[in-house]
Amino acid sequence: MTAVVTTGVDAAASAPTPSGLAPAVQPRRATPSTAWLGLVPFAAYVVLFLAVPTVLAIGSGFVTKDGAFTWTNLGALGAPVVLATFANSAGLSLLTALVGAAVGALVCYALLGLNPDGVVRSMVDAAAGVLAQFGGVTLAFAFIATIGIQGVLTVFLRDSWGVNIYEDGTWLYELPGLVLPYIYFQVPLMVITFMPALAALKPQWAEANLTLGGTRASFWLRVGIPVLAPSFLASVLLLFANAFSSYATAAALASQGSQIVPLQIRAALTSETVLGRENLAGALALGMVVVVGIVMALYSLVQRRAARWQA
Amino acid sequence: MNRLGPSRVTRWVIALVVGAFFAVPLVSTLLFTLRDPEGGVSLSRWAALFDPAHSAAIRPIWVGLGNSLILAVVTVAIVLLLLAPTMILVNLRFPALKPAFEFTVLLPISIPAIVLVVGLAPIYLQIGRTLGTGTWTLAFAYGITVLPFAYRSIQAAIDAADLRTLSEAARSLGAGWPTVVLRVLAPNLRQGLLAASLLSIAVVLGEFTIASLLNRQVFQTAMVVVQKQDPYAPAIFTLLALLFVFVLLLLIGRVARGTGKPRP
Repeated sequence: MTAVVTTGVDAAASAPTPSGLAPAVQPRRATPSTAWLGLVPFAAYVVLFLAVPTVLAIGSGFVTKDGAFTWTNLGALGAPVVLATFANSAGLSLLTALVGAAVGALVCYALLGLNPDGVVRSMVDAAAGVLAQFGGVTLAFAFIATIGIQGVLTVFLRDSWGVNIYEDGTWLYELPGLVLPYIYFQVPLMVITFMPALAALKPQWAEANLTLGGTRASFWLRVGIPVLAPSFLASVLLLFANAFSSYATAAALASQGSQIVPLQIRAALTSETVLGRENLAGALALGMVVVVGIVMALYSLVQRRAARWQA
Repeated sequence: MNRLGPSRVTRWVIALVVGAFFAVPLVSTLLFTLRDPEGGVSLSRWAALFDPAHSAAIRPIWVGLGNSLILAVVTVAIVLLLLAPTMILVNLRFPALKPAFEFTVLLPISIPAIVLVVGLAPIYLQIGRTLGTGTWTLAFAYGITVLPFAYRSIQAAIDAADLRTLSEAARSLGAGWPTVVLRVLAPNLRQGLLAASLLSIAVVLGEFTIASLLNRQVFQTAMVVVQKQDPYAPAIFTLLALLFVFVLLLLIGRVARGTGKPRP
């Protein structure tokens, strides 16, 4: 692997053919020494645009603007402002992950009664895909049009019911305003990730439970929920990481202030002097990688456990 | 039909309550775009999209959309010409590398785009010097963000087709490797390749983080720019974009269903 990586950059520059399978043309069982050349372009690409940026991002947290090694940027992670944004991010992510997971699981449960190849199922699948992936700016605009200051629902509530949802300030553009849009993309993600686990529950287990004198409720309490618990937990972790990494929705809604970590990275990137420290963006990025990395590691652990019974 | 499912009534209650939460913002956005400047309901905001007098204000969106489409094409090219052949090679010749390969291509899921941007900024400074600052160069970064999605679609197709037998049969009939890949393997994987391409297009059209922080003008960043002067045009494009991606994903569902994998 290391051999591929070190020669990768040079070889890619001299070999413009991206398909890279040509070297293997010769005999039927070409020696591996020519076949591995085919891996070089992709390896070079991943090194250049995934490995190097990640290392640079994290590494820049450890150097000053002049390139000298320093711990001071990392020290900034302990600053009260930074700690508060990490707490905001974690709180927002946890809240929306739990609500999204609960609602999403309910939707999956409702979908269970439908024909997996039916029209409704494929519509819901497609809708979940759209809403989970196409959140971002689009979602922010939908919420501005709905409950923005001039939003349709805002105006309707004000004119017809005399209810002013912004009595306590324009919360949509601040931290609490992120909760509803985040739930809006968390629920579909839950449907996508949790549905396979739910669909893999065997109806025979329910029959066995009934034959043994159990009820519908006892099936879910004693079989369904315990069996699904690891999958559910894995999905919650994924949703948490998803919310924690999400940037676009918040960036489009909140044009000022940086209540969550991604927005603070934006502030650090655009003005080099947040808290009077250089390369703070790198330190913040490191903090994010650590949090998301731990969550994703837990995710794959739990997921492996969950996969045991789904063969 | 799965007998574990809830009763019809429960199903409807869940569908109505959750459906309402998801429908309200979408319906409100539609009503928002139908608001007439003089009060009442009209299609004037939609007509304004094609009104020459109004065109200067929303020009950034058209430019951004054009850039995003170019990026989508280059990103799909990266998926089809770089990722797919490498996956075939790994599956055929280096099965031992499969776990490491899978780990690598799924990695972008756990690295937030905003973190990637911090490291991409200096790299794009270099790219700007050598390749210029054309918008298409952003596709290198997008190729990474679509890796996990594209990988899953293509790998599903690879698992469903017996690559080894196919390629050995073709080779024993005298086909060279380029012929094997292009005329034997690619047609067998076409559903996975198509799904990967459509997903990549959806992701590229929705991408905001990287483009915004690298100061590139794409569809999403242009919407934010225009929104400050005119909230209506971005709302209309929001609906159109959602509809477009919905159709794309419906297509992917169709395609994936036809993979011929027997259902248990």
